[in-house]
Amino acid sequence: MDLTMQQPGAGRFAFGEVREMSYAQAAAMAVLREMEVDSRVVVLGEDVGRGGIFGQYAGLQARFGAERVIDTPISEAAIMGAGVGMALAGLRPVVEMRVVDFALCGMDELVNQAAKNRFMFGGQGRVPLVARMPGGIWDASAAQHSQSLEAWFAHLPGLVVVCPSTPQDNFSLLRAAMHCGDPVAYIEHKTLWGLRGEVDAGQTAKLGEGRRVRSGNALTIVSWSRQVHVCEEACKALAAEGIEADLIDLRTIWPWDREMVLESCARTGRLLVVHEAVQTAGFGAEIAASAAEATGCRVARLGAPRIPVGYAPILEAQARIDVGKVAGAARRLID
Amino acid sequence: MDLTTPSASQPLALYRTMVRIRAFENAAEAASQGGVSAYGQQAGASAKVRGPLHLSTGQEAVPAGVCAHLRPSDYLTSTHRGHGHTLAKGADLARMMCELFGKATGFNGGKGGSMHIADFSVGMLGANGVVAAGLPIAVGAAHAQKIQQRDAITTCFFGDGAINRGPFLEALNWARVYQLPVLFVCEDNRWSATTASGPMTAGDGASARAAAMDIESRQVDGNDVFAVNETAAGLVAQVRAGSGPRLLHALTYRVKGHVSVDLAAYRDPAELQAALQTDPIARARAHLLRSGTAAAELDAIENRAQAEVDAALAEADAAPWPDVQAAFGDVQDTGAGQWT
Repeated sequence: MDLTMQQPGAGRFAFGEVREMSYAQAAAMAVLREMEVDSRVVVLGEDVGRGGIFGQYAGLQARFGAERVIDTPISEAAIMGAGVGMALAGLRPVVEMRVVDFALCGMDELVNQAAKNRFMFGGQGRVPLVARMPGGIWDASAAQHSQSLEAWFAHLPGLVVVCPSTPQDNFSLLRAAMHCGDPVAYIEHKTLWGLRGEVDAGQTAKLGEGRRVRSGNALTIVSWSRQVHVCEEACKALAAEGIEADLIDLRTIWPWDREMVLESCARTGRLLVVHEAVQTAGFGAEIAASAAEATGCRVARLGAPRIPVGYAPILEAQARIDVGKVAGAARRLID
Repeated sequence: MDLTTPSASQPLALYRTMVRIRAFENAAEAASQGGVSAYGQQAGASAKVRGPLHLSTGQEAVPAGVCAHLRPSDYLTSTHRGHGHTLAKGADLARMMCELFGKATGFNGGKGGSMHIADFSVGMLGANGVVAAGLPIAVGAAHAQKIQQRDAITTCFFGDGAINRGPFLEALNWARVYQLPVLFVCEDNRWSATTASGPMTAGDGASARAAAMDIESRQVDGNDVFAVNETAAGLVAQVRAGSGPRLLHALTYRVKGHVSVDLAAYRDPAELQAALQTDPIARARAHLLRSGTAAAELDAIENRAQAEVDAALAEADAAPWPDVQAAFGDVQDTGAGQWT
């Protein structure tokens, strides 16, 4: 088996090799790698042939042809539903929804069909489908292009929910998602596509394992997706004040790394959960409640106010969780 | 008899398929009395089939005539009214009854019931609780068949109510754009739940909408099993030959209410009386008698079907309930065991 990969627009990318690339390129590399070794893998969605609107499928159609990298009409229900049918028929589809906001047009197909198929039919079939649905605030794109809906999907038995924050994770977690055999809501972040970082082609990730970004004993901060980077900046500011936080990138929302989070909370006695999604009924509430029940730690949540994201910069800013807000919440928690 | 061999399209085989569906549904209907309806009653203790039961009584000619041309390797997606499709595709009748009873020996281990009846082993990918939801799944299955260059097709049953949902349009467009091996079958029984479809539907229905998307379609008397059989034979052959999707618009009538405990008091009794005159089984029987089949032979087919159903009822009654652990199984592998 040839274990090397063709990097879109560049040379071979061998296993064990480490290369700097963007979050979007890392995703394209992950799909490329899987398509090379598994003929059952297909990609379908709008604009995937030209590389996807963020370049996250760059070079794939040229390499594998239009029959495996399938340009589709703007038909989210049919894209998602056809993905379910393909999966039942033995393929392993990667379904592109463009943004999570548009994925809402394919919700019956994801929620009632993909997520329930295996259980409802008594295990007769499986739906190994990865639905890529980029989430989060897209600068100056207003209410219908800026939502963070991971908590919705976490609420649904049958689904796996992944929110990668780095190029390495977008490579490793996307591959893990494509391997897991369950339907996955794979939520990349709309403004992380250009984020560059080192990607080790040989590094694998396990769904449900968090990543410790910083170590500390003053408090635990749990976050995911782009907000991890905001929290990292906040941790640096806090460290300058002598407050060392334990920062965990949850990476997968369901299943989530209870062990890592609870160990940290038991040690620090304080938990702050930070997410870009609306705070009300956000997944932070689930983590905070679980941590308080299991360890008795003090908890605080920090998410967006329950408002749609506005267009004008000053309106949009009200929905953002910036470094100052994170640091402020951390200070209040340890007072 | 193997219902999936070409002999399934022989007149007596078509008759047998219809009779088995009717006998199965009549028995299920009786077993559902006291069960839950769509209108908020609680399931009574006496009901063996506790959940909503959508009957295709009077529509048997459509699955019989269509599925006679399908093979086990062909896929089929169905609707909430899917007993006929499932039986005609070759699923075991007793295991179906067990599933309707919610027993461990049912096709879904008691997890699905009537609305999710399925037998993947014969290519029957499931009834569906959501109107029009089978259409996108069917085109996906057909797309996979094309990509994998399999010698197989997908058939997709849906009702007249489904053509007013977006996935119908998306799926037909998709099938034509990629020239997929899929046969769409609209079972036009004139009712969308408890509302007449006509006043809710612009234009001339499924076949007219197919024409708008350059998909060849045929309209057929859906209560004439021989007409359905002949028309389906032609369409299936075209789909198998790689000519792209086709649509069969079968005009039939929903004799029962939306669910088994729905008396359908909202409709004109004269409409039902007229429809009963076109009962596909009575028509086929009369036709077979006219063409020389002995009444005793038809009686024997009916008696065997009834005996098979009686045995299935007894089997389902005696079968065990699912183990409690089944409630936690086959959800997902990733994170399995983490229920809270």
